Amino acid sequence: MGTQGDPLDDFIDAAAHALELPLDPAWRPAVKANLLVTLRQAALVSELVLPDDAEPAPVFRA
Amino acid sequence: MTASAAEIASAVREGNARASDVVEAALATIRMHDPVLNAFTTVTQERAQATAAALDARRARGEELGPLAGVPFAVKNLFDIAGLPTLAGSKINREHPPAARDATLIERLGAAGAILVGALNMGEYAYDFTGENVHDGPSRNPHDKSRMTGGSSGGSASAVGGRLVPLSLGSDTNGSIRVPSSLCGIFGLKPTYGRLSRARTFPFVASLDHLGPFARNVGDLALAYDAMQGHDPDDPVCVERPIEPVLPRIDDGIGNVRIAVAGGYFRKGAAPEALLAVERAAAALKVERDIEIPEAARARAAAYVITATEGAALHLDRLRTRAGDFDPAVRDRLIAGAMVPATLVNKAQKFRRWYRERMLELFTHVDVILAPATPCCAPLIGQQTFVLDGVELPVRANLGIYTQPISFIGLPVAAVPVPLKPLPIGVQIIAAPWREELALKVARSLERAGVVAAPEPPV
Repeated sequence: MGTQGDPLDDFIDAAAHALELPLDPAWRPAVKANLLVTLRQAALVSELVLPDDAEPAPVFRA
Repeated sequence: MTASAAEIASAVREGNARASDVVEAALATIRMHDPVLNAFTTVTQERAQATAAALDARRARGEELGPLAGVPFAVKNLFDIAGLPTLAGSKINREHPPAARDATLIERLGAAGAILVGALNMGEYAYDFTGENVHDGPSRNPHDKSRMTGGSSGGSASAVGGRLVPLSLGSDTNGSIRVPSSLCGIFGLKPTYGRLSRARTFPFVASLDHLGPFARNVGDLALAYDAMQGHDPDDPVCVERPIEPVLPRIDDGIGNVRIAVAGGYFRKGAAPEALLAVERAAAALKVERDIEIPEAARARAAAYVITATEGAALHLDRLRTRAGDFDPAVRDRLIAGAMVPATLVNKAQKFRRWYRERMLELFTHVDVILAPATPCCAPLIGQQTFVLDGVELPVRANLGIYTQPISFIGLPVAAVPVPLKPLPIGVQIIAAPWREELALKVARSLERAGVVAAPEPPV
């Protein structure tokens, strides 16, 4: 149900389908708005380039 | 309840008050005021009365009672209470079987003599900064019933701010102890990540979840904190550190403690009252130094991403099968979180370690950092947006802009209330990992200077 060719709409449709998440059309604007905010925050994080060997915070110890 | 936890415990230990009378007084206060504050979702009356009677019997036999003898307390309803389902603010969890055993922190307070009187209202599944709850109704701010408590530990702050109990427990993933402390004008402690056991509590974001106490003064906060410390094998995150009691050293003074005010990000967007509160604290401590917390905006962003995705992972099956039973505001954020690519989460986790290293470096130059706890005083219940730095933003996601970059790397924080009129607002006293005692000593110093105090709720 992508509208006006917005790739994020296509992504939401595909993700909801693949993850078997129900997505009532009434919820969609809020879900999209929240996803947009989260992706923007993730983009802000990604702008800071870290070295390839940067260790993620959770460290598993056997 | 006008007596502090320490005063109650002292009176009960010395035989000047009976725990049963203290509990009856607390229950009567709750009956009188909770219909308005809506802080409690369950009052554990029979359990509290039985525990108090047992405590009085022990006293009568000449047994020594603990440091919290007879102190009524209540817990956010994500703590397991034996015999009750653990709601975590949700409708869905009401169908869960009753918990078999109390959460570790309830057991530890109980072992010190404190008496559980109930479970407290909270934002659904703790994904909230408002204290509103679509199933149970909003908890209300004791200083203005039309205003938010802040969340997600809204009932915990309302109950202490409204003097229903002298002590409560809550959780803090991104600010859920510090935000309601600020809006309700009370003291809250978010200890270092891993310090206090989270065993038998309903999680939200395992890599960010902390538990901690609320109180009306620093001494009670330290008293409760000391009683809850110690390793617990039931929480894999809980560290094997020795218990480091704070209360015996709380008045040692802060002569050599290097204190600075967080600048930059922590001033941007703050309302005048938030800045005034920090200024008052800084002036009382004779602090003139500013310090820049590096990449705080990015830290907040990374916490946001990890929260959305770990939260979604926790609730994925419920989203598939029970989506209609969630609070819509929580559901829509969790569904969105389920769709965020894992690559972005991993980048946030890499940033987290980088940022931690920068902050540890910062703490070689400073011991304690002051920052606002919230960008403004309590918004109105139901208020959807507010204006920060000229930009209209959603309240629900943005009350925690100053708390998120701190909990993101698990730093200990004492949130202390500056009793501005007409509404109080909090200041964060931030210390390096495992230095809770420094944050609490600075809090005590401000309390003694009369700069921070829990304002009396209107009768």
